Amino acid sequence: MQWETVIGLEIHAQLATKTKIFSGASTAYGAEPNTQACAVDLGLPGVLPVLNQEVVRMAVKFGMAIEAEVADYSVFARKNYFYPDLPKGYQISQMDHPIVGIGHMDIDVDGQTKRVGVTRAHLEEDAGKSLHEDFHGLTGVDLNRAGTPLLEIVSEPDMRSAKEAVAYMRKIHELVQYLDICDGNMQEGSFRCDANVSIRPVGQEEYGTRTELKNINSFKFVEKAINIEVERQIDIIEAGGRITQETRLYDADKNETRSMRSKEEANDYRYFPDPDLLPVYISDELRAQVKADLPELAHIKRQRFIEQYKLDLETATQLTSSRQLADYFEALITESGCNAKICSNWVTVELSGALNKQNLDISQSPVTHERLAVLLKRISDNTISGKIAKQVFEIMWTSADSADAIIEAQGLKQITDSGAIEAIIDKIIADNQGQVEQYLSGKDKVFGFFVGQTMKASQGKANPGEVNKILKEKLKR
Amino acid sequence: MHTKTIAQLAKGLQAGDYSSVELTQSYLERIKQHQNLNSFISITEEQALTTAKQADQALAQGNAPLLTGVSIAHKDIFCTQGVKTSCGSKMLDNFIAPYNATVVEKFNAAGVVTLGKLNMDEFAMGSSNETSFYGSVLNPWATDTVPGGSSGGSAAAVAAHLAPGATGTDTGGSIRQPAALCGITGLKPTYGRVSRYGMIAYASSLDQGGPMTQTAEDAALMLQIMAGFDPKDSTSVEREVPDYSSDLNNSLAGLKIGLPKEFFDAALNSEMAATIEAAINEYKKMGAEIIEVSMPNLKLAIPAYYVIAPAECSANLSRMDGVHFGHRCTNPADLNDLYIRSRGEGFGTEVKRRILVGTYALSEGYYDAYYIKAQKIRRLISDDFNKALTEVDVIMGPVTPTPAFGLGEKISDPIEMYLADIYTIAINLAGLPAMSIPAGFIDNKPVGLQIIGNYFAEAKLLNVAHQYQQVTDWHQQTPKGFE
Amino acid sequence: MSLTADDVNKIAYLARLGIDTQDTESYAKDLSGMLDLVAQMSTVDTDNVVPMAHPLGQVQRLRPDQVSEENQREAFHAIAPQVEAGLFLVPKVIE
Repeated sequence: MQWETVIGLEIHAQLATKTKIFSGASTAYGAEPNTQACAVDLGLPGVLPVLNQEVVRMAVKFGMAIEAEVADYSVFARKNYFYPDLPKGYQISQMDHPIVGIGHMDIDVDGQTKRVGVTRAHLEEDAGKSLHEDFHGLTGVDLNRAGTPLLEIVSEPDMRSAKEAVAYMRKIHELVQYLDICDGNMQEGSFRCDANVSIRPVGQEEYGTRTELKNINSFKFVEKAINIEVERQIDIIEAGGRITQETRLYDADKNETRSMRSKEEANDYRYFPDPDLLPVYISDELRAQVKADLPELAHIKRQRFIEQYKLDLETATQLTSSRQLADYFEALITESGCNAKICSNWVTVELSGALNKQNLDISQSPVTHERLAVLLKRISDNTISGKIAKQVFEIMWTSADSADAIIEAQGLKQITDSGAIEAIIDKIIADNQGQVEQYLSGKDKVFGFFVGQTMKASQGKANPGEVNKILKEKLKR
Repeated sequence: MHTKTIAQLAKGLQAGDYSSVELTQSYLERIKQHQNLNSFISITEEQALTTAKQADQALAQGNAPLLTGVSIAHKDIFCTQGVKTSCGSKMLDNFIAPYNATVVEKFNAAGVVTLGKLNMDEFAMGSSNETSFYGSVLNPWATDTVPGGSSGGSAAAVAAHLAPGATGTDTGGSIRQPAALCGITGLKPTYGRVSRYGMIAYASSLDQGGPMTQTAEDAALMLQIMAGFDPKDSTSVEREVPDYSSDLNNSLAGLKIGLPKEFFDAALNSEMAATIEAAINEYKKMGAEIIEVSMPNLKLAIPAYYVIAPAECSANLSRMDGVHFGHRCTNPADLNDLYIRSRGEGFGTEVKRRILVGTYALSEGYYDAYYIKAQKIRRLISDDFNKALTEVDVIMGPVTPTPAFGLGEKISDPIEMYLADIYTIAINLAGLPAMSIPAGFIDNKPVGLQIIGNYFAEAKLLNVAHQYQQVTDWHQQTPKGFE
Repeated sequence: MSLTADDVNKIAYLARLGIDTQDTESYAKDLSGMLDLVAQMSTVDTDNVVPMAHPLGQVQRLRPDQVSEENQREAFHAIAPQVEAGLFLVPKVIE
């Protein structure tokens, strides 16, 4: 039997606000336990929620970016269940009137573009964290995260492979960062997803029974978890068994999924509109404002880079993979006055390579675009060669000195004085008569030998253009 | 001193006739003297005297706010920082609130002294004050009868002159019904007029805090402090607070009073009907015009209320789970045991009934038939009132079908108890303001007249109530033994 | 509408509400009575009525995104049943 995989993702993106969705407590990551859980976050008796305006603005921004219907009015509902990290005994979420309705996201897999439907995106509050290390056999609860705003982005079951799921997740990840609404930090749990996975015989229209893989927080794990779950489901069905609809947890150490007992009790969440909150109206003013603030999105930027800077698809994709990287690239062109080709080479090869080596983000780059621009100017005004520039760049990476200061201090200035170059070349010709004869007898390749020797003798500082010119003249005789 | 109204006390304090410390001490003594009424859960003697001293200093300096040094007491549903806030429940018997309710904060800022925290039905669920973990409150007019509920402690304390005024809350009649049964003045403001922050929620879309006093004039003074927008409460209304005392003496000539015929049907006994009629006659004498109106959906108010309120409370009380505050059972075997036993031990029978009904009404398969249906009925009832209020200025009627009933008389039959709230519940569903004022006695038991107004027409209600109190003295009667 | 003791137990579990076994029948009776009362709602046709969640047709007000709360852990933990190392403690949670 040939099986088809059907996947839908529920992505939870923590919105990058300063305060909680319903309280004025800070959302900063890494604070001492329970020091950022205020009375509202703890759900103490008598306290009431008040909605953070930034949360609404960010959700509308996301909705517009995926060309979705942004609701005229949106309602918060209570989702009732008991859990120690949920202090009120209900989570404030959205049910019937989510803030963002139907939209879509295009993904590229194996050179093909595919459209994945987004069913909805709704706002909700995050829960706290249960810590299972041992407190005399008890569990500790930290509620700092309780009340952090989440945008839950629910896709249609449109993905047919783990690869597509990862591509979709990456695109959403890239988008929320482009929009500046989520820091995308997966280690800290700012961006995580649940995957609904089922299989069906190829050609069958009806969906199979799905399982939900909870809280996966890396692209690698999403792929692995889905693949291993698909294998598990195939094994069960081919052995004559049936899939149970349940929640499962991916164990990365063992590379297996296992049933989550705690979530298996009959879930009856008893959703109803939260009477402490009123309907949220999205004004035309807010829409207009958000629209005006909407940044150029990755796929549009990529297209523009290809057309405006004549870049190939791969380079353009790499440069637009993050908004900061794209901004760096464009700032570099403006400041250095160099052409896009040189700039894109430097950003995608030297800079990105150096960043990757140290696992740094573009925003953490020790070489700013201002500093790099000076270096590129020195290439274009022939002060140094491209090769020497790489040497200078390496020094700049660990020193605060400017390119000019480094060139000066290390004596790396290019030799453009033709008299000096002629003297070096005369000596090389004199020392290598055998090669001269070869060249004169028609072996053009030997020309490269002379260039190499000249560069070596000048410690790389001779201007390659000058060297070529003088060599050609001298070897003609 | 203790029979004086808030208005009189404020005047005396400002004039230096007596000090706030003297006044406070006198009330504290009376509270202790009449502990058999069981109207207080906590007496905050030390804090009261400290505040009174500060009030006296402020009064001596001049420019002190109007009610500086006057003492009141708070229903134990309002959080008071550093003081037990039990909500009448074992669940919160150990809960020392770490913050003040906005209402409490406002009285503190106005220099008002807090004598203590008043008894109430558990989590404001009840109409007799018999569901309190701290035991029944006795009605000072007849100590074998109930004071009403849920603000029973507030009503009894004011009626017995243990405090000149008290705060109460009203979800289905919890200010007006005990005010009626204890012969005092009670005002439930428009939903959203008084902040709910720090007022422990029973049913969030119905709850509203208000004053309970001897007179309408006093209610105006207390409401002046309580009312106003609160950025901490999303349902609080951003709207200017008028001067509630300025219209008190307006003439009622030409006032249009609507009498819903459904208020005067067979359920109302003849003595009650006669008492209400007599009160209406007083208004006629003042030049009011009487117009019959109709509320065809009124009979559905109790059914709708007993879906909406339990549904909301079932979620509101989920936070009482023994994890972060409040009662926790001993030696829980596991997490579920902790939840089930803590909540099982912490809540009383009536609260459990309502949590169960609410949980059921919201559960899968029943939500539309119960919750959505009830919200639709709520709309119909609200429309009935809004329509009537386009024709008349105020609506009048009884507060209760009978005067105070006996202790223990109805507690074993919850449905009968619920049905007694027929005249008050609809007003909460509509969110309108309403008052109860003393309008006579039957067998020496007080009877209340209900006055219902349009949204934010509190000043109008107070004017209508005050004018009646200028020509009658029902509100000045004191129960025997409490003179 | 009448509920059985079994129904009551199911609802009570959903609400994590301990009820003494000997009281289950009486809750079943009271709850059935309440549901009978509530059933009167079906006597009126509400097909074209918009549900009413709040009395005033108000709109949610939005709060500026500014930190207004300070750390009050000490005060909150003083009223908590069991805390250690800054954490609330509960019986072991099994995932």
